[in-house]
This record gives sequence, C-alpha cells and structure tokens, in this order.
Amino acid sequence: MSKLFSKENKAAFMNPLNLDNPVTVQVLGICSALAVTAQLEPAIVMGLSVTVITAFANVIISLMRKTIPNRIRIIVQLVVVATLVTLVSQVLKAFAYDVSVQLSVYIGLIITNCILMGRLEAFAMQNGPWESFLDGVGSGLGYAWILVAVGFVRELFGAGTLLGFNIIPASWYAENGGWYVNNGMMTMPAMAMILVGCIIWAHRAYNDRNAKK
Amino acid sequence: MLRKFLDRIKPHFEEGGRLQAFHSLFDGFETFLYVPNKTSKVGVSIHDAIDSKRIMSIVVIALLPALLFGMYNLGYQNYAAAGVTGTFFEMFLYGFALTLPKIIVSYGVGLGIEFVVAQWKKEEIQEGFLVSGILIPMIVPVNCPLWMLALAVAFAVIFAKEIYGGTGMNIFNPALVARAFLFFAYPTSMSGDQVWVAGEKFLGLGNDLGADALTQATPLGQAASNVDITASVSDMFVGLIPGSIGETSFIAIAVGAVILLYTRVASWKTMLSVFVGGALVGLLFNSLGLESNAVANMPWHVHLITGGFAFGAVFMATDPVTSARTEQGKYIYGFLIGALAITIRVLNPGYPEGMMLAILFMNMFAPLIDYCFVQSNINRRLKRVQK
Repeated sequence: MSKLFSKENKAAFMNPLNLDNPVTVQVLGICSALAVTAQLEPAIVMGLSVTVITAFANVIISLMRKTIPNRIRIIVQLVVVATLVTLVSQVLKAFAYDVSVQLSVYIGLIITNCILMGRLEAFAMQNGPWESFLDGVGSGLGYAWILVAVGFVRELFGAGTLLGFNIIPASWYAENGGWYVNNGMMTMPAMAMILVGCIIWAHRAYNDRNAKK
Repeated sequence: MLRKFLDRIKPHFEEGGRLQAFHSLFDGFETFLYVPNKTSKVGVSIHDAIDSKRIMSIVVIALLPALLFGMYNLGYQNYAAAGVTGTFFEMFLYGFALTLPKIIVSYGVGLGIEFVVAQWKKEEIQEGFLVSGILIPMIVPVNCPLWMLALAVAFAVIFAKEIYGGTGMNIFNPALVARAFLFFAYPTSMSGDQVWVAGEKFLGLGNDLGADALTQATPLGQAASNVDITASVSDMFVGLIPGSIGETSFIAIAVGAVILLYTRVASWKTMLSVFVGGALVGLLFNSLGLESNAVANMPWHVHLITGGFAFGAVFMATDPVTSARTEQGKYIYGFLIGALAITIRVLNPGYPEGMMLAILFMNMFAPLIDYCFVQSNINRRLKRVQK
C-alpha cells in the first residue's frame, strides 16, 4: 500500500494539477480550452472526457511499452487514443446527447490534443501502468480545472447562468427595467484567451512567491 | 504660492514620511503642475524642452472644442427630438450635465488603476491616461451606462496598457480598446438607433422623450440599413447630427487639428494620408457603382465628415505611441487606416463605423511598417559603404 502511494507517485498525480499544469505551464491543449468553455457544462464534460482518455491511454501504452517497436510508436499510440476517443464519443452520444452536439467536433479532436501525446511520449513509455494511470488522471484533471474555471467565468458573465440555471436575478436586466446587460465579449473565444492569460498570470505569480520562500 | 505649498507638504511624501504610501500621487501631481527639475546626468541624451505631460496637455486642449461642441449637440438633439425650442445655454447645460459624470468616471477609474499599479511597482504615475481619460467619454454614445464605461476603462487600462508595460509601451490605443470592448461586449448599448440621443430629464434639464421619439440613427447607421440619410451635408459638417459625444462636428475637430499641427504634437503626414486614403477608396467605391449598397454610393467627401472618421484621423491615428514612427512609414500607416475604414464601412453592414477597427488593425502593423523602412534604410546604406 505504501508503495502504491509513494512520494514519486504522489508527485506524478499532483504536479500536473499545479506546478506542471498542462495548460498554464506547458501551454498545451489551448485550442480546445478556448473552444468549449463558453458554457460550464460542456467544459466539465470535455475535462472529464480528456481525463478518462488520458488515464486509460496511459495505462494501455504503459502495458505495451516494452513490445512497441520504437519506429512506429506514434502510430500505435494514435490507434489506442483513437479507439478510446471513439468509445467516449459513443458513450456521450448515448447518454448525454445535447452536450455531445454542443461539443461537436471537439470530442473527436481529443485525438490531436497535445496533452495526450505529450503524456504518452514523456511518461507512459518509461513508467509502469499504475504510475502512468496516476499521471494520466492528474494531467486530465489539471486540464479540466482550467476549463471549469474559464467556463465558470464565461457562462456567469456571458449568459448570467451556471449549468443553465439563472444566477443573475432576472429583475436586474435592462429589458426588465434593471441596469444589467450580459457581457457579449465573454461568449467570444477572444475573451477565453484573455481569461486563460489571467489564470496563467495569477498562477505564475502565486508559484513564484511560493518558490522564493 | 502653489509652489510654496507643494514644497511645504513634500517631506510627508518622501521616504519615511507620514503619507509615503501616496508618494506617486504627489509626484504625479507636482510634475503635472511644474516641469520637473531633473536633467539626465550621464551619457548623451538630448531632450526636447517639452516633456510628455506638456504634450498630453496640448492634446487635451485640442480636444476641448470637440468636447464642448459635443455637449451642446447632446442638448440640441434632445430638444430637436422633443420638438421643444430651448436656449443655447439650456442645451449646453443639459449636455454638460450628461457628459461630466462620464468624464469623472473615466478619469476616476483609469487614474485609480494607474495609481495602484504605480504604487505596486514603485514607479511614478505615468501620465498617459490624461488623454485617454478624456478621449473615452468622447467616443461613446450618450446613453452608455456609467458602469459599462467604468468596466471598459478598467479593461483598457489593464489589458491594453499596463500588461504591456504602461505608457509608451502599448501596442493598441487604450481609448479605442475601451470602445472596442464596449462594442463587442454590449453591442445593443453601443450601436443601433436607440443610443445616440439622450431621452431623459437629467437634473431638471432636458426633455423626457417617449420610447418612439428616442429612435434616431446616425447618418452612417441609416446608410448601412439603406434608409435615406435625413441629415444634410452642412449639418454633418457643423456636427448637428446624432453620434458619439465628441465625434460629430467636423469644424470643432478641425480646430483641434490646427492646434495639434501648429504645436507639432501630431504628425501632418499621418493625418493627411488618412484623409487621402479615405477619399481615394471612397471614390473607388463610388465609381464601382454598387447598386444595392447605399454606403458605397455615399460621396467621398461625406464619408470624411460623418461618423468617427475625422475624429479618429486627427486624435487617434496620430497617437505618437501606437502609430508608425518612421517618416515614410507614417504615409503608409495613415493611408491604410483611411482606406480600411471606408472599406469596412462599405463592405460590412454589421459595422457601420469602420474607423475604430481600422485604427486598431493598423496599430498592430505599425511596428512591422517601421521595421521594413528601417531595414531598407540599413540595406541601402550598407550598399553605399560596400561600393
């Protein structure tokens, strides 16, 4: 048991959440972070899908790592990832059709998500299945929390709702005689870019201060 | 007397003084009133006799005619829409009362952020916001709520200025970024036909207009939706048309332009080439004869006096920080702003006014234009040496 949660394993899981975050530190997976975060629900679903796919792709590749010929390893990795992506896409279509329509091509495009290939190449090819699993879950969740944070802000200020529920009271709105108007800029990908930039800014400032102590 | 007062309170703001936390505020205020008594001690550095605070003050003075006329025009539009005759002072006071809160909010928020940043980075307050703070209220419609204005100012100062390193380092014109933010974030409050004429009594001045009487489109808005323009050319020239607060009067802007050119604060090359670019592209679209497009068939001289074209050309395109700095580059930079502005007006019905986007777009390319001219200069001289 102690071996399962050794210091290295903990690091494999915790680092991608904070110090080695795939989005804010490695700056990977930005395109989907901008595309799917206009609302909170697709952002959560996307984050979870990537987490599941990264985790299992890591495990599978880690199990096969000694038998994969070096020259064709990228192709093998892609086949594994593509299979998992197809599975997740079918599951979403069966159980969460609306969200899968909203996400449209971006579920399919997880295949090309840089985080996946990065973790497979950099981690799963060198480490055992359990470590790789932790690393995959950590990376996926590290990606997911950025998406959720951006999606939270964008949906709250862009549409006044969270997960489809009205948060900002209807009586505030200008059309009902109030003063508030939703910020249309928040629904544009340009604002997502600025928000991701702000998160990176805050994250770096926080970590730099901790590092100096 | 003022000098004595400043000298007396100065020790409080210096290191160890009671009000040390406010030293940047004091410093900014002192240097605003008096030219700082500091000269560079090392190296070769030739300074003009005039520093950037003085330049900014001249720009603000040049903006005043357009601002004052804009205030009068707000009252004029309100009284005209209500069908009531008012005296000049009634109209002016009404516009003044509506504009003043905007100016206060703009300066308050902008200088507040600058002050916090200056304290935080332990620098002196940068003076750049002096101009932006007065520009922003002048380029928004009168019915823009104050909280939106405050938000836009905060966005512009933080994301268009401070993150690039403050005054003099920004790529984009902060005032235009504030307007672009408002335009994309709150399109219903920034365009259309409901926002240009103030329709409520304010401090007992002006007239209440019903919801129907409020509807007043700008000449460009009318042209974009293929409605006949109701304003006459002379009205547009004088500025008695609905529009953003400071942009309507060509004459008032021309007075400002004369001040800027006479003091050589703005470059005549940029200013002239914006108008040339706009006029040529306007002529081009006239001669193409696009039947269904009313904006394309607008005579070229009307293009130059409606909307924000003149205002942008005189006060925005010539911003020394964000425009091209090489002398030949200024021609190209200005020409492309004018050309793009008219092109956007004509070809994109979604944006009746193209000046904002054209200037922001060319702001982005100004460093590239400069780079090309500097490189070609270097190459030419290198060749001369090698011969």
